[in-house]
Formats: sequence, C-alpha cells, structure tokens
Amino acid sequence: MTTLLEVNDIETYIGQYHILQGVSFQVKKGEVTVLLGRNGAGKTTSLRSIMGLNPIQDGRINFNGEDISKLATYHIANRGIGFVPEDQGIFGELTVEENMKIAMQKQDDATLARLDKILTLFPDLKTYWKKQGGYLSGGQKQMLSIARAYLNKNELLLIDEPSKGLAPIVVEKVMESIMEMKDETTIVLVEQNFRMAMGVGDTYYIIDDGRSVDTGNMKELADNEELKRKYLGIA
Amino acid sequence: MDLLLNLTINGLATGMLIFLLAAGLTLIFGLMDVLNFAHGGLFAWGAYSGVWVYGMTGSFMAAIAGAILTGIILGFVTERFIIQPVYGNHVQQILITLGLMLVLSEMLKVVFGPNQIVASPPDYLAGSWQLGDVVIIKYRAFIILIGVMVFALVHYVLKNTKIGLTVRAGVMNKEMVQALGINIKKVFMLVFMIGSAMAALGGVLLAPYSGVIYAEMGMDFAILAFIVVVIGGMGNFVGSLFAAMLIGLSGAFMTYYVPDLSLAVNMLLMAVVLVVRPQGLFGVKG
Repeated sequence: MTTLLEVNDIETYIGQYHILQGVSFQVKKGEVTVLLGRNGAGKTTSLRSIMGLNPIQDGRINFNGEDISKLATYHIANRGIGFVPEDQGIFGELTVEENMKIAMQKQDDATLARLDKILTLFPDLKTYWKKQGGYLSGGQKQMLSIARAYLNKNELLLIDEPSKGLAPIVVEKVMESIMEMKDETTIVLVEQNFRMAMGVGDTYYIIDDGRSVDTGNMKELADNEELKRKYLGIA
Repeated sequence: MDLLLNLTINGLATGMLIFLLAAGLTLIFGLMDVLNFAHGGLFAWGAYSGVWVYGMTGSFMAAIAGAILTGIILGFVTERFIIQPVYGNHVQQILITLGLMLVLSEMLKVVFGPNQIVASPPDYLAGSWQLGDVVIIKYRAFIILIGVMVFALVHYVLKNTKIGLTVRAGVMNKEMVQALGINIKKVFMLVFMIGSAMAALGGVLLAPYSGVIYAEMGMDFAILAFIVVVIGGMGNFVGSLFAAMLIGLSGAFMTYYVPDLSLAVNMLLMAVVLVVRPQGLFGVKG
C-alpha cells in the first residue's frame, strides 16, 4: 500500500516548551491511522505541526512525496489535507451555510455531490442551515467541522478528538461518518475514546512525552493489555 | 424642534466621519490583531491630498478619488513594510505605529507646509436647504449620504461575497481560515488597504466640513475612533457604525448644551461599556 504521509522525527516547540521531541509515523493510503496517548503527550501538536499551525523546528514531513515541512498552512491545505481541530474551529457568527461556503474551494459537480452526501449523513446541518454556528450543540458543531473538511476532495483528513465531550449517540453518528469517509479518503485520527479508535482504526501509533513509542495493527493493540495500561491508562 | 433636528444632522455627519475612520480600524484590529495608532495619519493624508487635488483640478469628485488613492497606496506601504514585520507583537506595533503617526504628521508639514489650510465645499454642495423651519446644510447631508453608501457597500461585501465571508471568519478564527486553504496574509493586505482608503475618504470629507485642516488632525479624530472601536466591539463593522453615531450625536448635543463635558461623556460611555460589556456592544465571539 502506498505511503501518503511520512512524518520523520519531527520536533516542535510552543513558546519555550519542547512539545514534540521526535515523532515519526507513516500513513498508508486508504487507511485510518490512529494516534493514541495520554493527555499532553503531543498528539494534537503532531496534527497542528502537519498543518503548519505549529511549525516544526526539526525533522521532515512528506505528503505525496513532497516535503511540506516549510509550507504555509494554506498551501498545505491546498495540497489536499483537511483539518478538523480539537475545538472544531467553527466560525460562531457565520451560519452553517456560510461555514460550508467558506470551506468550498470549488463549486463543481463532485463538490456538490459530496455536499449532498454529507448533508444526508448529518441531516441536522440541513435543518439548521441558516443558524449561526455558535448556537449549535456540541455534536452539531462537530458534524459541521467534519462536513467542512470533507467537502473538498482532500486526500487526507486530520481529525482531532471528534468524540470529545459528545453524548454516546452522537459519537456513534460521528463514527459512522468516519467509516463512510474512509472509503474515499485517508484519515489520521487522534482519539482518546478507545472504543471508537478500535471501531474505525487500522493502524495505531502511540505517542508519549512527545515521542512516538509504539506502532502496530489496531487489532493487535486490543489484546495487548500491558501496552494499553502503560501508555493509555486503560486497565 | 428645528434645533434638535439640526443638532441631530450635525451629530450624524460627524458620526459618519468618525465611522469612516473607525470602520477600517475595527476591521484591522479584529482581523489582524494589529493596534494601528497611525490610522489617524492616513485620515490626515486623505484630507491634505484631497484638498491638494481639489486645488489642482477644481473637481471635488477628483479630490475624493485622489484621497482614496492616497489611502490605498499608503495602506499598502504601511502594511507591507511597517506592519508585516511586527505581526503578533503588540508592544512593537504600538511603538512603530505611534512613530509612523508622528512621521506622517510631520511629512504633511514638509510636503504641504506647516500652516493650516483652508478648505471649502464645491459650489453645488455649499449652502443649505430650507424645509419649513428646518435648515439642512447641504454638505452635512452629503457626508451622511456618502457614509450610508460606504456602509451599505462594505456591509454588502462582508455579507454576500466570499472575500467578505473570509474577513468575517478571519476576525473569529484566523488559524481555521488558513487551514481551509485561504491565504490570510492577502486578506490582511486587502483589509488594510480598504481601511486606509476609508480613513482617507473620511479625511477629505472632513476638510470642507471643518473648513480648515492641520497636520495633527489625525490624532484628534483617532482618539474618537478608538473609543468607537471599544464601544462597538473590536472587529464588528455594524458595531462601529452604531458607536460612531452614538459618539457623533452625543458630541453634537453635549457641545451645544454642556460644552465642557463633551469629551468627558465619550470617555464615560467607553468606561461604562468596558465595565458592563468588555467585548463591546456588538462584540465578536470566537
């Protein structure tokens, strides 16, 4: 299987703090790669570094064979990487429609077809089409954030903790949407909810104290009690 | 009744001039997180360049176009060479834009001379209309009309175009706008140039209104514009119109009834808003 994204030994500082101290992972085309680890391990910073929002100081990030380490965020996005941030990044004073409109890079048939598909998947967005994003529920905001990233023909989606703070029924919905998207795009998922990670993930990487410390098949991880206890705090 | 109406028209006209200055300031503040203390300098340059073009051509419309062009050019140069190197550093922004304000004011004296310059409206905008007991000064009505047109145009662009959406989204979350593939720096530049052009337009409209222009006029109006930005809510275009009208009207009425307290009322309004609603009356939520 072709490697779409290669993260090689990246180091990132935020202010004076050395957050990433050597994170490496590879993402295969068509797979869902899950980044696991405790709070503060560096998972979110890894995604933000890929997007250029927290630029790396050392290491290299290749996307489709191209070094994107030094590119500006908008160039990285235009290479075909969609981002669903941990805080969802909804523009609170724009309506759902406007949030989607601003994300829409092209207005071709394929994009409109994806819009149709995502609105079928998340009918709430259709219902609240003219409502300001700031007034949506947490789950609806998450759906909007995912929908916005899915709208363009992105080859890779970076999704940061989509289940965070959501009711179980909404988590199911989000999981379902990720499974749907999986058929069309490659996904890197940061997720604390192990059940959800197990449900959608193919490959995992564990990040601990700013370093990638383990990798393997998600199914193998399910049976590895020691690893789960040591790095994920799952008894 | 006619006195009240006249004071209201005065207040609205002054409010529109403050709005033209404050609207650019609030968008620059909200979108770019830049404290631009040189904004008043662009207002003064608009006044001087407009009066100069008017003197050269005899056309007031050419004067307005000249002032807008001056604002656009100065806005481009300021953003590209002065503001860009200090993005994200408020202390440096304050120091460098205050310095630029002084440079812009002094350059006016170098280019146009140190003395005040007298300005008057064109013949077709001079004089007044008599409606019963009410006298409406034409030039003030003209300022209000221009202000309404500029507000409507910018409001339409902000509400109905992709670039407008981008600006509004950028005020709320710059990072996310970039993550959606949009070059925010280009948007910054555009907003800065438009904001500067609006300030320069305000300056050229002020010249015949006040009858005289001077190099330090920018700083006087910039203080009012900053008050408007705080009251209206940083980054909120509609808020800046509302607050500018409030300041303009309170200025007109207070100057007539209690002149000693006219500036104090503006400060008091700002203080009350800061205490009761720190994000401003129309404050933008992230």
